[in-house]
Amino acid sequence: MEARLLLEDGTRLEGQAFGAKTEKLGEVVFSTGMTGYQEVLTDPSCCGQMVIMTYPLIGNRGINRHDFESKQSFIHGLIVREHATSPNYWRNEQSLDCWLKEGGIPGIAGVDTRMLTRKIRAFGTLKGVLSTTGAPWDVLAEKLEAGSVMRDQVARVSTRTIHFSPGSGPRVVLMDFGAKYGIRRELTRRGCDVVAVPWDTSAEEIKHLGPDGILLSNGPGNPKDVPGAIATVGILLKQYRLFGIGLGHQLFALAAGADTEKMRFGHRGSNHPVKDLQSGRIHITSQNHGYTVRTDSLDQTDLTLTHIALNDGTCEGLAHKHLPAFSVQYHPEAAPGPHDSGELFDRFLKLLNLNREGMARA
Amino acid sequence: MPKDHTLKKILVIGSGPIVIGQAAEFDYAGTQACQSLREEGVEVVLVNSNPATIMTDIDVADKVYIEPMTPEFLTQVIRKERPDGLLPTLGGQTGLNLAVELAESGVLEREGVRLLGTDLRAISCAEDREQFRHLMQEIGEPIPDSEIVHSVGEAVRFAERTGYPVIVRPAYTLGGSGGGIAETETELRATVENGIRHSPIGQCLIEQSIAGFKEVEYEVMRDAADHAIVVCNMENFDPVGVHTGDSIVFAPSQTLSDREHQMLRDSALKMIRALDIRGGCNVQFALDPESSRYYVIEVNPRVSRSSALASKATGVPIARISAKIALGYHLDEIPNPVTEQTRACFEPTLDYVVTKIPRWPFDKFVGANRKLGTQMKATGEVMAIGRTLEESLLKAVRSLEIGLDHLQLPEAVEIPVEELQKRLAVPDDERLYLVAEWFRRGGSVEKAHALTRIDPFFLGKIEGIIRLEQELSAMKTWDSTLVKQAKRSGLTDAAIARLTLLEEGEVRKRRQKAGIRPVYKMVDTCAAEFEAATPYYYSTYEQEDEVVSTERPRVIVLGSGPIRIGQGVEFDYATVHAIKAIRAAGLEAVIINNNPETVSTDFNISDRLYFDPLYTEDVLNIIEKERPLGVVVQFGGQTSLNLARDLKEHGVPLLGTDLEAIDRAEDREKFEQLLGEVGIPQPPGTAVTSELEALSAARELGFPVLVRPSYVLGGRAMEIVYSESELKNYMDEAVKLNPMHPVLIDRYLQGKEIEVDAISDGEGVLVPGIMEHVERAGVHSGDSIAVYPPRSITEEQKQRLVNMTTELARALQIRGLINIQFVLYDEELYVLEVNPRASRTVPFLSKVTGIPMARAATRIMLGGSLAEQGYPEGLWPEKGETAVKVPVFSFAKLRRVDVTLGPEMKSTGEVMGRDRDYARAVYKGLLAAGISLPRFGTVVATISDKEKEASVPLFRRFHRLGYRIIATSGTAELLEAAGLPVERVNKLKDGSPHILDRIRQGKVDLVVNTWTRGKTPERDGFRIRREAVEHGIACLTSLDTVDALLSTLDSIYMTAEPMDHPVKPIRGKLVTT
Repeated sequence: MEARLLLEDGTRLEGQAFGAKTEKLGEVVFSTGMTGYQEVLTDPSCCGQMVIMTYPLIGNRGINRHDFESKQSFIHGLIVREHATSPNYWRNEQSLDCWLKEGGIPGIAGVDTRMLTRKIRAFGTLKGVLSTTGAPWDVLAEKLEAGSVMRDQVARVSTRTIHFSPGSGPRVVLMDFGAKYGIRRELTRRGCDVVAVPWDTSAEEIKHLGPDGILLSNGPGNPKDVPGAIATVGILLKQYRLFGIGLGHQLFALAAGADTEKMRFGHRGSNHPVKDLQSGRIHITSQNHGYTVRTDSLDQTDLTLTHIALNDGTCEGLAHKHLPAFSVQYHPEAAPGPHDSGELFDRFLKLLNLNREGMARA
Repeated sequence: MPKDHTLKKILVIGSGPIVIGQAAEFDYAGTQACQSLREEGVEVVLVNSNPATIMTDIDVADKVYIEPMTPEFLTQVIRKERPDGLLPTLGGQTGLNLAVELAESGVLEREGVRLLGTDLRAISCAEDREQFRHLMQEIGEPIPDSEIVHSVGEAVRFAERTGYPVIVRPAYTLGGSGGGIAETETELRATVENGIRHSPIGQCLIEQSIAGFKEVEYEVMRDAADHAIVVCNMENFDPVGVHTGDSIVFAPSQTLSDREHQMLRDSALKMIRALDIRGGCNVQFALDPESSRYYVIEVNPRVSRSSALASKATGVPIARISAKIALGYHLDEIPNPVTEQTRACFEPTLDYVVTKIPRWPFDKFVGANRKLGTQMKATGEVMAIGRTLEESLLKAVRSLEIGLDHLQLPEAVEIPVEELQKRLAVPDDERLYLVAEWFRRGGSVEKAHALTRIDPFFLGKIEGIIRLEQELSAMKTWDSTLVKQAKRSGLTDAAIARLTLLEEGEVRKRRQKAGIRPVYKMVDTCAAEFEAATPYYYSTYEQEDEVVSTERPRVIVLGSGPIRIGQGVEFDYATVHAIKAIRAAGLEAVIINNNPETVSTDFNISDRLYFDPLYTEDVLNIIEKERPLGVVVQFGGQTSLNLARDLKEHGVPLLGTDLEAIDRAEDREKFEQLLGEVGIPQPPGTAVTSELEALSAARELGFPVLVRPSYVLGGRAMEIVYSESELKNYMDEAVKLNPMHPVLIDRYLQGKEIEVDAISDGEGVLVPGIMEHVERAGVHSGDSIAVYPPRSITEEQKQRLVNMTTELARALQIRGLINIQFVLYDEELYVLEVNPRASRTVPFLSKVTGIPMARAATRIMLGGSLAEQGYPEGLWPEKGETAVKVPVFSFAKLRRVDVTLGPEMKSTGEVMGRDRDYARAVYKGLLAAGISLPRFGTVVATISDKEKEASVPLFRRFHRLGYRIIATSGTAELLEAAGLPVERVNKLKDGSPHILDRIRQGKVDLVVNTWTRGKTPERDGFRIRREAVEHGIACLTSLDTVDALLSTLDSIYMTAEPMDHPVKPIRGKLVTT
């Protein structure tokens, strides 16, 4: 069975098909983590993307119920050098191939993923069509021409209902723009009473939930595609302790008057060094983003640049100068990736506890 | 924090000679460290006793001391040089132990030398089992149940509590020396006794066995600002139970989920923080294959073999960065030398699979125990890179140069299935091939896993290769898709040819026609995320080629592959020099090599590094891609020479001496013809291809005779044969008769052996030096003590040697290096061997004479001449000092190997002793080789009948020095007859207490044994020698070595002599007149 991948720069690649028999259009990105394919594939931030795994052997451990970062995968295609047909792992329940089939996601294997990565490095993220149906190139070309990249990803991946994860600690409203399970896991581990709400929940509704703090989750796509959320964050910002992660960080920045832009090919992987400008310390972080907050847009705002990417100097963290709010572009919840930044949750908790004590005094 | 400016001069300690457990990786680490320090403006003083290394080149450090690696000599260097700091973590366990000794003895403090990098507390905490165990308990990291013991009794009590098997790990030893797994009490008693003896602090760790767990390693780095990163993680193919140096290793880990990887990463980082490591560090884990349970096995608080592998596997130069950290730099201040745009503070990500396979010496030591356990036995290793695991694995297999180009051991077909199963259950060097055989016979992954405990993922990969074999065998007509898949899985054209019954050339032609050609991809630390500047490539069957061609003319140098007995780091030394000479001549130097431990595979050395097998197909592919002016094959030892023939057949231009010269030197008949032409004698001999021929030839020549197969490397399978029955055995067993490679029989002339290295441009011949061997002909030149300048050869003989060398070099039209071995017998000089290539002695001689021989030779190969380089012809003037090259052996690591020196090479490394006279040079050389020379003590003498007479004067000298002599009956009688006091001791057959007991009691300082040469472990001589080795007692098997040692003792130590009696006795009454 053959699979075909057509990119907007005209690149045509043929490989072995795996996963579902279908055709999908999406933005082709690459992810450099050597482990954690299951976590990457189930990260809602990847919604609508076709993911190239730069590590050539993917699926060695199969798929298991413990390593999901959301209930399903939202990706539009998986591009690998080789997918393991007979995985082995004590938790393995299903091969990658079977799981993709169930999820309706096409895969292409046997292609020169390093070549694709180099292409994207040179030209930036590319739009592409992946077909495992045997459709001819000209049909795929038409489809690529006609199709446009998704803009409503957040609506697709966010929870549709309010979801409670009770805890004895401070109440955190988790605005779910496509939250990874890891965020909730880190909060509940610290005793938080977590209430996940849909992305379009209004500030008023959130107020009724009586939160001690707000966590703006990660999520897919361009933050400017969810202007409503920006407005909501703008209101919440002034009333609550707030922590933004990933897309949540960008929404926080936009709400505070900064600007965002699309990166050439983004940061996706588990090995990104980030410098904490206050302490001077470097952390190895897990990242997955294609947009970034423009550092030159921070001047007219009340935001302080707190973290930068060591490799390219882009914005990785912000704090509000006057309000108890901060955010990071990377993923302190890891999964996949290093646990080096878990302390950010502690910092948030500290902030929340201050808030509580403050309230008690009042 | 930027650099510490108070550090102006730093002492770097190397790792000494190559031994099992400590190979070329420390030459690589040390060389990098020196460069790294010097580019920061620091003056570097280097001490290393090993002359065969790049790091001891005078252009690597500001001051180079090739001196014994003992606290006394280091103290002397410290007093003389007054360094500000000492960098101890780059010289392996040797360097680390020395630094600890220096610090503990107070020398460092007294002389104001700071220990740089990781501090002493951390080192001792990681190295001392008890301290380590406490620390792990404190920080909550799990370690297997264990106990530190100082006696056998304690060990037995522990095992009674936890049950067998248990693992024994002696503290502070190289490559797990003296350790092992014990299944029974008897085994435990033996292993612990041995381990306590090997441990310098008499300590062993007895550990609950976790055999069968996955073994995973993390290479981590940390700086003074507490930035800690993982450079590489690796997973062993063999589960816990096999020393990691003897394991097949994959990088990155293949069967771990991110959850487990992060769990172990957290643990590793937690540990290096708790230990306060500053620099590189290695952490080994055991991970339960059925849960997330793990144990910490070991922490190495220094740069190690694994870090060299990790450096080559990822592109991150760990030693270089460690040196910068030692200077005070933080990881985020150090640029990533690969990308040049990013910082060293990041974790590399790979987009390929790396395989390391150890290279074991069992081809040399046929009788050795091949079982693999906790004691390392490999002498070297190969690494391969591929985009599939199969490709990576198969490339590594054919890099080993063990005669295999595929997972196919020809003998394996004949192994009965029961035996196959039995062998699969016990790890040895051939298990990988036996697993393949298992699948070829239709065995299941489940059963293979049950037998081997190897992860089913790896087994499945091997099974897949076998399935592919079957598909290829079934291929009726050429199927490009299938062949492409085979190539992507790493199969050679030759293997495909065998399976498809096509000719190899045909496979190559057809696949090329079908566009199935390799491309070259870059190793860049970042999976192509950033643009990289490294000229570091590997071949693979993919779409895009990344090599950027330049217009500059280039030369390819073939490296020497894995370190093995007979082909050590000396050849990498010559290779690196060749590269430097090519670059200096304004050409591009391209290197192909597969040894991750070496300097030549450092991507900074050449213009382009191809990390690929030194296998004809792979090399031809690179040549086709590079289109070089020529290929240099003179420096890679037998490895590159073996390739040369194939390359020439394919029309590849070879630089330097023509291949025909090699043929003339190695082909018996042509060689005789050559010697006849120039009128130089050689020991009478002939070539035979059958037992019958051999016997008649030997009768004609007269016993003893020297027998060996043609085309030898390191004296492989060469023996001195004293009788017809021995000769029959030899012809039967040791050498498989092959008309293509006949057996050579020579009269054995036991004379003085002399070695000459020369550089020739075809006309002029420069002899940098003549070396004389201490041991007479019959001991392999690599195992002999070589002395420069020669001490017992007349000026006239020297002139004759130079003349003969010049004539031979001219006759062979040598353009480059030539090495000739002569024997001086009855005042006549005979030629034993001519090697028209770089020899083992090139680095030694280059260093003592100051002539960069490999560079000069390379320049000639590129078209230069001796005259143009300003070199004269003839013998280079000898200096007033003496230098000796002393071989170093690794016998303690190899059970059941006879330590007797003979025509087969056995040493793994060498050291140099250099001083103003012979005795002092030998003293230093022996000391550096680990042979201590006590002023007085006890010597055990067991001398063969042949040598009894010759040994008397030697033992008289021992006596004069104050040595006690112990001997068994035969030897004792002889010595007593000569008037020497001897203490008699029982032979083995006479029962306890016998000679072995005396050795075991540890009251013996030296064993001189020339008994019962032979490989049978049952013989007394063999057992005495082994006993000595296993108790760390110097065992000399050649009276010539004994003589050299005595000369040294004689001149170093004073003896006490009674006054002579008056010249004439007073007799009778004095008659006065």
